[in-house]
Amino acid sequence: MEHRKPSWFNITSLVLGFSFLYLPIVILVIYSFNASRLVTVWGGFSTKWYVSLLSNEQMLDAAWVTLRIGVTSATLATVLGTIAAMVLARQGRFFGRTLFSGMIYAPLVMPEVILGLSLLLLFVSLDQARGFWTIMIAHTTFAMCYVAVVVQSRLAGFDRSLEEAAMDLGCPPVKTFFTITLPQILPGVAAGWMLAFTLSLDDLVIASFTTGPGATTLPMKIYSQVRLGVTPEINAICTILVAIVTVGVITASLISKRQQVQRERDERMAIANQY
Amino acid sequence: MAKKPIGPVRRAFAPWEDPSAIPFIEFRNVTKRFGDFVAVDNLSLSIYEREFHALLGGSGCGKTTMMRMLAGFETPTEGQIFLDGQDLAGIPPYRRPVNMMFQSYALFPHMTVEANIAFGLKQDGMPAAEISSRVQEMLRLVKLEQFAKRKPHQLSGGQRQRVALARSLAKRPKVLLLDEPMAALDKKLREETQLELMTLQEDLRMTFLIVTHDQEEAMTVADRISVMDRGHIRQVATPGEIYEMPNSRFVAEFIGDINLFHGKVTQKQSEDAQLYCDLTDSTINIQGAGDVRVGDEVTFAIRPEKVRISLDKPAESNANVIQAEVWDIAYMGDVSIYHIKLAEDEFIRSVVANTTRLVERPITWDDKIWLSWDRDAGVILTN
Repeated sequence: MEHRKPSWFNITSLVLGFSFLYLPIVILVIYSFNASRLVTVWGGFSTKWYVSLLSNEQMLDAAWVTLRIGVTSATLATVLGTIAAMVLARQGRFFGRTLFSGMIYAPLVMPEVILGLSLLLLFVSLDQARGFWTIMIAHTTFAMCYVAVVVQSRLAGFDRSLEEAAMDLGCPPVKTFFTITLPQILPGVAAGWMLAFTLSLDDLVIASFTTGPGATTLPMKIYSQVRLGVTPEINAICTILVAIVTVGVITASLISKRQQVQRERDERMAIANQY
Repeated sequence: MAKKPIGPVRRAFAPWEDPSAIPFIEFRNVTKRFGDFVAVDNLSLSIYEREFHALLGGSGCGKTTMMRMLAGFETPTEGQIFLDGQDLAGIPPYRRPVNMMFQSYALFPHMTVEANIAFGLKQDGMPAAEISSRVQEMLRLVKLEQFAKRKPHQLSGGQRQRVALARSLAKRPKVLLLDEPMAALDKKLREETQLELMTLQEDLRMTFLIVTHDQEEAMTVADRISVMDRGHIRQVATPGEIYEMPNSRFVAEFIGDINLFHGKVTQKQSEDAQLYCDLTDSTINIQGAGDVRVGDEVTFAIRPEKVRISLDKPAESNANVIQAEVWDIAYMGDVSIYHIKLAEDEFIRSVVANTTRLVERPITWDDKIWLSWDRDAGVILTN
């Protein structure tokens, strides 16, 4: 393909667009290495805020709570969301299908405040002590629909005759799901889990509504600290979060890219070998 | 009705002619409806052990539905299906002693060739040593020994097809179902595979049921063919009978090329009849006319390769002879198809084998020629 010289217009658009997206994050990362206590004044390079973060037990506790909620709610949401997606993709037409699929997708567009409030009312009326478990359940509720959407799109491209072939060869339906269907939709299920996990990780609104004593998540902690003024410590923990997410995304895309390249090479070899 | 022989045919295997033979697979008044659509309409069919049977028809004729009902993926709305004396109603696909080779092959992408073939055997709880020897046997059978560790996407289309075949044969099913097994192969590979499939079926002494829309494929591989149309079976017979003695216009036109003429029976004496055909404004003599009466309006059908053409009037007096004119010639390499004009916009086709390397044809455009065919060369189709 011909390499065209990029025009000034294109370069400018690109720079402006990316600045808009990433400048705030870059500033945050830079200031996390600021030696000065004042957030807006550069006082030289330092990693001391990262060190002090390690001794900030409240922050570490909040991180630990967030991680536990994220993993459990993402796992639960993945199981429920996958089941919902299977029903929607496989059951064909049944009574109330439109209602059912509408209800699964509703939390996608429902304002978080309303979701949080209604869950709070539910927990109060059930006389449920609020804390870790209520946040976990709340996160499962709203993350499940995202998982259902992701898994359903994967199921749409799934060749049903694979399941029929398995059953034809003597494999009962439930075993067929675990040996044939699940390995095939695994990328979708994994993507759904990652999505649910990140949604839980950065949720502030719903967690605030459904929390109780002793269960403070990281976003809640950060938010309450910021109200007392932005400290470089906050910048440091946010930088760590950004780093974790970036590494995760890059690793995932590298793996899938390599698999695709390998697959294409194999297919070319197979075609070349057939004669 | 006793079938008239079509000349001397060597027939080693014909259980359907034996009235005491017990069918191996039996569809008994089977109907399948999808909503308002009737896919299979009150259909009965018997298939015998070790038979290679083909369900042949266009798309939507119900052939695939028949196969899927036998495999257990669809439940008949009415009627029963028996396999080896057992009513299959209520038996789920994973407990039926039949295996299917899918049109898309449906190989498990995350498993190696070996694991694909072993999959069905594992479900039966066969000991590992036995599984591995059976898998080796299957790989040898389809000549893929060196590909055992490959994944399906590392194979060519033809190789995948053979893995699918090996996988469906591994459990030694009572019946092997083949759903358009060669649709994805190119012509040359398809012809080779058809021959391999026939040899395999003879060697394994198994019952094969194939679904296909390709009439040549059905003619090549099958012992008997069921020609299907809109949920009905139009004719069940051997390839030879289907071709030479079609029982209806539909079958005659579906299989191969054929000339059809409208006519009226003017004479009938035992098996011989005379037909008046307005198109040629002549009478046609027919030997073996079957159940027709004087005055019946019928269709006379004759295959193009049975119509001879010559420049001189043929000497034999027994044949039907008509004078006409060459309108067009289609040169196909191995044969030439002559379109011969009988009347305005009415043509008869004659296929002539190109036995010599003549570039100059002895008979060419606008030649006045003689058409002739033997009295027993065509068939009368009522309805």
